Amino acid sequence: MHELSLAQAIADTTVRYADGRPVAEVRVRIGHLRQVVPDALQFAWELLTAESDLEGAVLIIEHIPAVVHCEVCDARSSLDLPVLACGACGATNVVLETGDEFTIQTIDVAEVA
Amino acid sequence: MGRFHAHADGTVHAHGHDHDHDVGDHRGYTETGTVRVEVLERLLSENDRVAAANRGRLADAGVHTVNLMSSPGAGKTTLLRETLARLHGQLRIGVIEGDIATSLDADQLADLADAVSLVNTSAGFGGECHLDAVMVRAGMQGLPLDDLDLVVIENVGNLVCPAEFDVGEDVKVMVFAVTEGEEKPLKYPVMFRAVERVLVNKTDLLPHLDFELDRFLDNVRAVNPLAEVQLLSARTGEGIDAWCDWLTARVGSGA
Repeated sequence: MHELSLAQAIADTTVRYADGRPVAEVRVRIGHLRQVVPDALQFAWELLTAESDLEGAVLIIEHIPAVVHCEVCDARSSLDLPVLACGACGATNVVLETGDEFTIQTIDVAEVA
Repeated sequence: MGRFHAHADGTVHAHGHDHDHDVGDHRGYTETGTVRVEVLERLLSENDRVAAANRGRLADAGVHTVNLMSSPGAGKTTLLRETLARLHGQLRIGVIEGDIATSLDADQLADLADAVSLVNTSAGFGGECHLDAVMVRAGMQGLPLDDLDLVVIENVGNLVCPAEFDVGEDVKVMVFAVTEGEEKPLKYPVMFRAVERVLVNKTDLLPHLDFELDRFLDNVRAVNPLAEVQLLSARTGEGIDAWCDWLTARVGSGA
């Protein structure tokens, strides 16, 4: 739903960092709990960048699983549903270690001699 | 675009094309003659910058700001009408009304609020399904902030997108109607995790529904153990006083 806005935000930041250089690839990291649909984001990216300075720039979406650490049994488990509970013992005092990511990591730009 | 898939090392991701990238091999110069630039910025960092400026402006004016969110039809506007009717004369309240189009909701509130500023997201903002910080900044310009105690931002009806956008508010609150079903916290975790308070509306309909309140409350706690839940009915007025008391306390505390 908001993937078009996200694609626009990625494009804006990319253009700022590219500083006029052609962009080959943009890498973003998005946690499982962010409710971003990768296909929709990819589609929005292609739509937005077509016939722009970013045309042809490939968007790489790294999807980061939601992992919690249990303070009761010390287990680490990966969440499918967003229920913040330990997959091993069911305790709810868990710390979310990954899954909240929402960053633009790197962009690859052509070298300007 | 590939679908999500799992690897033996436990990572799950999708690729934009059909070859693998190893992050470690892509530092500095890459095999295609490009240079890798580290960005490491939050995806919505531009929005966040404007949101921080909004927050500063609102704090300078001494205004407490609530970002009110829900799915369409959960009862935000009716609740807001009841809230304004009760607090009229006690608090000076401005409303930023977000809608994709029309002034229908803003019209309903115009006689009760001290000031209403309408933001139609279809007018120059691309018909967005949420309010972002830039739109709220535009909405703020239509309010006499220095003469207000409280600003309520009625976000666009949508259970996904508004949750992701900081607009500069002090507190995020959502309205949930019991007609929406017990599983919504699990299906829309970003929203339920983003808010400090969940207002469970339309409780007058509970006798006519199969809605299991306890199961819903368990699901809210599973997703967001810190969320405060409050039951009310904007139609009958049940619980509205308690909600207004909470709002008044928030304004008074300057939190």
